Formats: sequence, C-alpha cells, structure tokens
Amino acid sequence: MVNHDATNGAALKCEEVWRQISNYIDGDVDATLRSGMEEHFRACARCASVLAGARNVVQLYGDELMLEVPAGFSQRLERRLEDKFEREMQEAKKSPVWISEAAGSRWSSWAAWMMPVAAVVLFTAALALVDTLTFHSPAKSILAEPGHNIPPDMLVVISDGSKVFHVAGCPYIHDKATERTITAKQAIHDGYVPCSRCMRQYLKTSFVGRHDSEDANADAGEEAEEALDWAGR
Amino acid sequence: MSDPGIVLNNPEQAPAGARERDLISSVQNGQRELFYELVKPYERRVYAAALAILRNEHDAEDAAQEAMLKAFANIRQFRAEARFSTWLIQITVNESLMRRRRERTVVMEPIDDRREGEDSDYAPRDFADWREIPSEALERKEVRQRLSNALGTLDPKYREVFMLRDMQHLNIQETAEALGISTASVKTRLLRARLMLRDLLAAGWEQGWFSRLPFEKGNKPW
Repeated sequence: MVNHDATNGAALKCEEVWRQISNYIDGDVDATLRSGMEEHFRACARCASVLAGARNVVQLYGDELMLEVPAGFSQRLERRLEDKFEREMQEAKKSPVWISEAAGSRWSSWAAWMMPVAAVVLFTAALALVDTLTFHSPAKSILAEPGHNIPPDMLVVISDGSKVFHVAGCPYIHDKATERTITAKQAIHDGYVPCSRCMRQYLKTSFVGRHDSEDANADAGEEAEEALDWAGR
Repeated sequence: MSDPGIVLNNPEQAPAGARERDLISSVQNGQRELFYELVKPYERRVYAAALAILRNEHDAEDAAQEAMLKAFANIRQFRAEARFSTWLIQITVNESLMRRRRERTVVMEPIDDRREGEDSDYAPRDFADWREIPSEALERKEVRQRLSNALGTLDPKYREVFMLRDMQHLNIQETAEALGISTASVKTRLLRARLMLRDLLAAGWEQGWFSRLPFEKGNKPW
C-alpha cells in the first residue's frame, strides 16, 4: 500500500483514491480533489492501473456491441405487437362505447356525454340509498304507521321476529321470551312501528275514528304478518 | 467537469429527437401501428436491461417483450418532459424486478460480497501488467461472452446499477429512480461494480481474453 503522505503532504492515500475513482471517471469530483488524484496517479502505478482498468470497464461495457439480442428477437417482438394491435382493433369493433383508437378518437360524442351522466345518476342513487338507510329507516310492518305524538322517552317493548313495539303487557307481543324495553324514540329510529292495539291512541287512524271492521282488518293483518315472521324463522 | 479520457460509443441509434417526438405523438393519437418503429431502436437496450436482472435469455426476452407491450398499452401516460428511452427502460426494469421477485430466483452471492458490506471499502487487486483493451476486441463474440459472464458474477444489486448507468447510460438520478434507491447508493454500488469488473477483466487480460490467438497473428502453433 502506497502512502504518499510520506513523500508529499498534499497527496492522497490509495484508499481515498479508490473511494473516489468512480466519481473521478464520471467527472463528479471538485477541482481540488481532481488535482490531488491526478497527482496520485502520476506517482502510484497501482492506482493508475486501477483507473485504467475501470475506464476500460466503462468503455467496453458501454459499447453498443455489448447489447445483443437473440436471433429472431425483433421478428418475435414485431409479431407480438401486431397481435396486440389486432386484438385491440377487434375489441374496438365489438364495443359500442370504445371507438377504434386507430381512428384517432377515443370516445364517440354520445359516449363522452353518457359517461358523466351515468356517473351522476349512479352517484345520486347512491346518495339517496345512504340517506334512506341512515335517516329514514323504513318500517317493515305491512301495517306501518309512524304514530303521532308518541312521547319519545316512553318505554316500549320490542321482541325478536317482529318490527312492532308495544306497551308492556300487551297480549300481542311477539315471542315474549325475547322482549326488551327501549324508548319509543329508539324504537322508531330502529324501524319499529307502534302496535295497532296497545298503541292505538297514537295512530293517525284513531283520530279519525276507526271503525271496528278496519280494526278487525288491522288485527288480522298484524296476525298474518306475525305468522309470516314465524314461518320465516 | 468531464473526463476527456473517455469517449463512449453512443449505443442509442434512436430516431432523431424531432422524428421520435412525432412518432410518439402519432402513436398517442391512435396510429398504434407505428409503435414498433418507435421502439425498434431500443429493443437491444430493453433486452439487455432485462437480461442483466434475470440472467436467463428466455426470461429476459419474455420480460422485454412484455415491457414493450406495457409501454404500448400505456403510451398515453408518457409525458414529453421525460426521455422516451428512460421511460422504456424503467418499465423494463420494473417488469424484470417483478418477475424476479415472483419467481424467487435464488442468486448466489459472490464470496467477497458476503464478507464485505456495501459500504465497506473495496480494495482492487494489484495487477502488474495492465494495458488498454482495444475496442475492436468486442467484435469477437467470445470476448463479449466473457464480459457478459463476468457481469453475471456480480451480486444483482451491483449488476443492476452498473447495467443502468454504464450500459444503458442513464444518469445517476435516473438510475436511482428506476431502482428505487438513493443516489448515494447508486454511486456506492457503481464504484463497487466498476472495481470488481476491473479486477475480473484484469485477470482476464492476464489469461489472454482480449488478445488474439497466436495462430491468428500468423504464428502457427504447428
């Protein structure tokens, strides 16, 4: 290992030269370092050999002759690209929306209009769906009536298998084994509707004077609904 | 600061700038059949990039062609600010690296490399007799094959940087972006690759890789 510090205080050590030799070849060293390295190369045969060798490497591998392709590569590539191009053309013919790119136009005029319109429609529909699900949960009862002036904090009873809420003790509570007590506000929010028997006073029909026949129909309806619920369990 | 001592052959026999821009524009606007004309000047570079990463001719050809098809499919994403050749090489590098990861190719690391980390200094071997290698040597297939074999012995991380920087002539920044590494790493790996290849070539020089056989000079061995 040559240490030029012994003979020239300004000179570099071999290790430092090796560390920078690649940057030197690329011209990526400042003037002072470059000058110091050149001085070193004049004095150090080993480092001069390393520099010459590294330059040979860059020159030889950088030659286009080093870039060879296997025989037939070009033909195979061209064929593959032609196949791809033909497939695109065929797909373009099949699709009513995608117009041949070879024709120089990506979209037909009506397609260009229809796409944003369709997007708006879909977006609106999605918003409506979210709005419905979130804020206005529909009552599932076929006798659904929202009720009026039901005290929101009134405790009502619900149970599995039915979307009707009751006052405690109502004989029409469905599946009493699963009954739970919640507030009327929560029940309505969760999509329950008031029982047409025990909650009659809060139903709209009660204000207009409901006839017995209607009442009977309502009862029959709720029973039918509960039967369906049971059948479905 | 350029080094006047190095004159590289330009491997990029690409269409002249204006012609290439016209071709790109035409292909982007629907004249897809012109794509092959656009990429043909780069097919050797694309293949070489794939081969340097995959080290298998069949895989390299497949990856190179797939990269061309991807470039074909995404030609509208190409922006004029970039060099088309660099964009194409980057697609090829991505395709090749993805394949190598997928196939989990096991590449044996050279002994030296296991012993020394990337950041540790590399001490070049001392060869007493070193002469300049004439470029004409490359006209011989066996020389090219030996150089290719020497490159193949490098650890992939060095080989890839060297291939992009010294064979594809990407600059340091482009090389870093293509491989997703820092420019400092590019410089460190490039130094190591050049020095290791120098050692291999110097050894090859001693073994007569670059000299013509005696009988070719008229000194018949018989």
